[in-house]
Amino acid sequence: MISIKNVSKHYGTFKVLTDCSAEVEKGEVIVICGPSGSGKSTLIKCVNGLEPFQQGEIVVNGISVGDPKTNLSKLRAHVGMVFQNFELFPHMSVIDNLCIAQIKVLGRSREEAIERGRKLLERVGLLNQAEKFPGQLSGGQQQRVAIARALAMDPICMLFDEPTSALDPEMVNEVLDVMVGLAQEGMTMMVVTHEMGFARKVANRVIFMDEGRIVEDAPKEDFFSKPRSERAQLFLSKILQH
Amino acid sequence: MNYHWNWDIFLAETPSGSTTYLGWLLSGLEVTIAVSLSAWIIALIVGLFMGVFRTVPNRWLSGIATVYVEVFRNTPLLVQLFIWYFVMPELLPVSIGNAFKSINPFLQQFIAAMLCLALFTGARVCEQVRSGINSLSVGQRYAGLALGFTLPQTYRYAILPMAIRIILPPLTSEFLNIFKNSAVASTIGLLELAAQGRQLVDYTAQAYESFIAVTVLFMAINVVVMVLMHKIEARARVPGNAGGG
Repeated sequence: MISIKNVSKHYGTFKVLTDCSAEVEKGEVIVICGPSGSGKSTLIKCVNGLEPFQQGEIVVNGISVGDPKTNLSKLRAHVGMVFQNFELFPHMSVIDNLCIAQIKVLGRSREEAIERGRKLLERVGLLNQAEKFPGQLSGGQQQRVAIARALAMDPICMLFDEPTSALDPEMVNEVLDVMVGLAQEGMTMMVVTHEMGFARKVANRVIFMDEGRIVEDAPKEDFFSKPRSERAQLFLSKILQH
Repeated sequence: MNYHWNWDIFLAETPSGSTTYLGWLLSGLEVTIAVSLSAWIIALIVGLFMGVFRTVPNRWLSGIATVYVEVFRNTPLLVQLFIWYFVMPELLPVSIGNAFKSINPFLQQFIAAMLCLALFTGARVCEQVRSGINSLSVGQRYAGLALGFTLPQTYRYAILPMAIRIILPPLTSEFLNIFKNSAVASTIGLLELAAQGRQLVDYTAQAYESFIAVTVLFMAINVVVMVLMHKIEARARVPGNAGGG
């Protein structure tokens, strides 16, 4: 479904990504973790072409992301993405946030879009907030709306860029619950996160990054029980201590 | 002070006989409003596009917009007006220049003043649009693009609606400025409010009454603008967002 081959990216002389390769099969859940500045967010933004890269190739569902001839908008319409800071459109009601791209990009009628939107709001437990504005919701609620907004496009896979990092601790679980539900339904997911509980529960594989490189790409059992690289061992010992 | 106050002067007939001195001021008011409003509409359109161009990842568009802003923001308004009125007709192809010079003088003055105010103010609107866009997080652009919007759609549906809300207060200042700046058009002979006020002094020597009346009329315009903009700001305020921003 997603194939990343020898991708490198640099800003001037500063290397952000070096020779990154990974494969994500349909229905797989991949968790990407690593210290800050290791290139996790950049890598996931390369997958739908939000960040350009200079070398290598990324193919999503048979379409090359880096090819200048690729219609990126068309590709992105079917690759859902959820951001650290939610990025709902603040001037639109919750239901309009869910409908706007369905109408303008997928060409659905307003009625269809609202029906689909309401179904997804119900799924994330926020149907009663449909007419509110993002600024009137809590962070956890906003992030659940953002997930529903991405799902409204009927994506073939979902990218999550630190979806719980900006949340108060008590709101993290309401968002993770939605994500676990998605994973269990068989959604293909790439998730940049430090939530190791989530990784243990639903990830198929864990990718560990450091200094722009993929240091480890292992099934989750192996990653948590016997990480091969020293850097990953150190990282795990620090975040799993408490 | 030996000044002879005479407020009745406004109701006195002018030498031409067809109207009162108040009629002169009111016709000046009309011209001021017409030239300023038409210039404002052009300035908003030009400023919106140029402001967007300054933020897009296209070197040509952002280059054009940058040159526009630097030229029109860094030269005096009065000089720009003289260039539009006296120099431009000579620089244009002869046929167009002659066509311009053959239309009635009022229209020549009006067009020159309108274009001058529009492009001068447009450069300032452009910078405000740019700062409004840049004040939004880059994540909003990502969010729009990630949903499958093209870049123009991302601006249309995600970025501009918030950016414009944010810049409404400074836009109000520009809207007020364009009425005040329109008074420079009196230097090329356009009979707008300030010019009519001076003409009234020339004919009647009632300088205080005339300039007080002109001042009051300019303030009246701007009170209306302020009330209007406050209404727009209140309507555009986003629930749950402090100050509409």
